[in-house]
Amino acid sequence: MDTQPIPERAPVVRPRRSPWAVRGEWLLELIIRFCGISAVLFVLAIFFFVFREAFPVLGREGFSLTQFLFSSEWYPTSATHVRYGTWALTVGSFSVTALAMIIAVPFGLGAAIFVSEFCGPRLREVLKIVIELLAAIPSVVWGFIGLTVMSKLIVDLTGAPVGVNLLNGGLILALMSVPIIVSIGEDALKAVPDSYREAGLALGATRWQLVYRVLLPAAKNGLLAAVLLGVGRAVGETMAVLMATGHAVHIPLGVLDSVRTLTANIAAELGEAPAGSDHYRVLFLTGVLLFSITFVVNLTADLVIRGIRRK
Amino acid sequence: MTPTPAIEVRDLRLSYGPREVIHGISFEVGRHEILAVIGPAQSGKTSLLRCINRTIEFVPGTTVTGGIRVNGQDVATVRNVFELRRTIGMVAPLPVGLPLTIYDNVAFAPRCAGLSRKDELDTLVERCLRQAALWDEVKDRLDSLGTRLSGGQQQRLTIARALSHQPEILCLDEFSIAIDPVTTMRIEEVLKELRREMTIILVTNLTQQARRLADRTLFLYNGEIIELDRNEVVFSDRPGNRKTYEYVNGIFG
Repeated sequence: MDTQPIPERAPVVRPRRSPWAVRGEWLLELIIRFCGISAVLFVLAIFFFVFREAFPVLGREGFSLTQFLFSSEWYPTSATHVRYGTWALTVGSFSVTALAMIIAVPFGLGAAIFVSEFCGPRLREVLKIVIELLAAIPSVVWGFIGLTVMSKLIVDLTGAPVGVNLLNGGLILALMSVPIIVSIGEDALKAVPDSYREAGLALGATRWQLVYRVLLPAAKNGLLAAVLLGVGRAVGETMAVLMATGHAVHIPLGVLDSVRTLTANIAAELGEAPAGSDHYRVLFLTGVLLFSITFVVNLTADLVIRGIRRK
Repeated sequence: MTPTPAIEVRDLRLSYGPREVIHGISFEVGRHEILAVIGPAQSGKTSLLRCINRTIEFVPGTTVTGGIRVNGQDVATVRNVFELRRTIGMVAPLPVGLPLTIYDNVAFAPRCAGLSRKDELDTLVERCLRQAALWDEVKDRLDSLGTRLSGGQQQRLTIARALSHQPEILCLDEFSIAIDPVTTMRIEEVLKELRREMTIILVTNLTQQARRLADRTLFLYNGEIIELDRNEVVFSDRPGNRKTYEYVNGIFG
């Protein structure tokens, strides 16, 4: 055994961070905390102010909530008998959105799969840039296309009396949602690790088998998010549908009927309704209704995604 | 006339871009043989396996020259590459449980090949999981996600998956990296059984594993074959090359 005493270790001068760096970190944390929580504040504040404008009409004589929700008679400026029924508008919103999604979801997901899995790197770059360009076109421009180009085409091809109708609005909304679905869906597919692709291919899968047996199950959350963002865009879109759907309060019986949506109705009438009048307040109540619909859609989607994840 | 070897590699060269990583190697693997491939990192072991089932194609910028014949057929000109990959089972070093249920993971390859009868799939899945020494641990939760298993279990799941298309050639790349010694031993027993049905190429960093399992061992170093001989020679006191002795006995490497 070595009995020599261990020499005393010289004291080490440890580097210290300046107090400003420490405080700066604390401050930064406070700021980002505020940024995070502010989302909740904004949602609550928006709900509060919209509801405050709408609230007084609820107790007013001659106004019933059942009529508001389920009657399709919307005569806000009638001289003799004013009726505020938004059912036709709700149906209008839903039918335009549904039609848009029937077109946009297969188209968008198909394009996402092609861009992510089947096309060469050079074509992919070109396509991605063009798709992003498509997403950046302002909605009023889409509305303009619907009003002029699309409406003529529809009249020529189907012989419908007017070209601005449910089909027109649905097509325009589909064209607007596709770029979003493609770019988010492509990101979701790209996020699937390459090791999955290689494992699948090493097991003798063809490209298509790889897509529907491995990639779609692996990316389903992201793909669902892509579809939902598309739905969100379609439900909330105002200007394009205002210009393309024909703006008739009417429950559609076919795709060639004109409709009016909740959003377009608010945009078109709020300017004419005197502030504080019943009409004005009912329009705000329509806003609350729209808000509730999107809330329910988002919540359902969230629960669906959670359900998938838990399995 | 000698029977065609299971795998015949002739003057194989592989480059990643301008960098050549395999410098013209040639060897044969006989039927029902276990060939171990040993060698330090970066010597081209994994790349060699990926050349055999042509998954090397997915790495951009690679060039392969020379020939690999599987069952006498040149892999470069094979008509149906998916068919080829189905005759070769491949086990990757890091387990890749596909994001599917345990059952679907194992049934993946047979389904891709066109098998869809439930009872046949059931038997096949059970047999493969038993062979990979995993059945007892997962038989009650075949419909839970394969990615939820522990690392070692996932590794055995990939082995079961590789066996699921009844391959003629099984390539194992460091299969024991995430498995405990006891399970490793169980799988090694299985491999000894399996050699009656297939040819096995075993890439391993454990020289003792190569010694235990293989008939012949190939020592690959910097993309060149230093030595390829029967285990009695490679692991003896006087293998053909001094480097082999040093590597096997941990003197260099």
